[in-house]
Amino acid sequence: MASTLNTSHLLDRPINRSRGSETSLAAFSFLFSEMIQYSQKRVAGIADLEKRLANFGYRVGIRELELTLLREKNAKRETRVLQMLIFVNSTLWKSLFGKAADSLQKSNDNDDEYMLSDNDPVILKYISAPKEYASFNAGAFLAGLVEAVLDGCHFPCRVTAHSTGNEQFPSCMTLLIKFDKSVMLRERAFEGK
Amino acid sequence: MYFAIVGTRDNPIYELDLPTPASSSAPNTSLKRDSVSDQKHLSQFIVHSALDIVEESMWGTNQMYLKVVDRFNEHHVSAYVTPSGAKLMLVHDAVGGDIRAFFVDVHELYVKMLMNPFSEINGSIGSQQFDAKVRALVRKHL
Repeated sequence: MASTLNTSHLLDRPINRSRGSETSLAAFSFLFSEMIQYSQKRVAGIADLEKRLANFGYRVGIRELELTLLREKNAKRETRVLQMLIFVNSTLWKSLFGKAADSLQKSNDNDDEYMLSDNDPVILKYISAPKEYASFNAGAFLAGLVEAVLDGCHFPCRVTAHSTGNEQFPSCMTLLIKFDKSVMLRERAFEGK
Repeated sequence: MYFAIVGTRDNPIYELDLPTPASSSAPNTSLKRDSVSDQKHLSQFIVHSALDIVEESMWGTNQMYLKVVDRFNEHHVSAYVTPSGAKLMLVHDAVGGDIRAFFVDVHELYVKMLMNPFSEINGSIGSQQFDAKVRALVRKHL
């Protein structure tokens, strides 16, 4: 047992720079279900449960952002809103799930809202909620992840997950991204230049 | 020479102070001690005032390495912005040395420290191993 334990210091281990390395869905699903069960025992309601999952996602998101950019050739920081969202849509989703997200839309009503859709989110595949939890969406984890990625690049925002299933894709999930006022002010300053 | 990693709340995550030989040329030993500790306070001050300039100039470019952003008397401040919002700042004299490669290597060390799930995102790094590795990088690149 002792021989399988990696006792070298964290800084001496090589950082994995290869893209396309995968973990098993089964392992992740077990871990995710345990995370949900753990949170369920400690919260009072659905909103709180989603908040806890979002916190988990936030902590993962920061590290995911750094790793994704480390593995990318010609890594660049994004400074514009649209470029940033395209980065999340394609590069980040590819590094997380192996494929790009399905659609990115801008809301018609509000200037600062965007919607990112995934027709069949892999992490939700083995989750089915009972009637009391009908409004619970475990995609809150992904919402926290995307929020961390956007926050890290200095685009403060609020991200929430909504299930928008239709007949074609019953488990379709949409992330609603609402940017802070400061971000829109900055965008307008950029366009003004 | 002074190197600092500044977090998203302008808090120093890590500091490394390397007094250059020129600062210890005073003949009186107590004067020498004062000048060394003054150097560190001055360097912190310089980095702090350069933070505003970094935040302005980082919107002008897509790159992470922002070259020399500020000058103070004979000190030059170079900056490097990581994707997660941390800023690596280096106060140095106008000598050569591969500053970009230094920043890239420290960035990689920083990411490795961040991978630890028990590490706080804006928390200070007190690890001696980290300190030893950064010193080795300074010797290698600067």
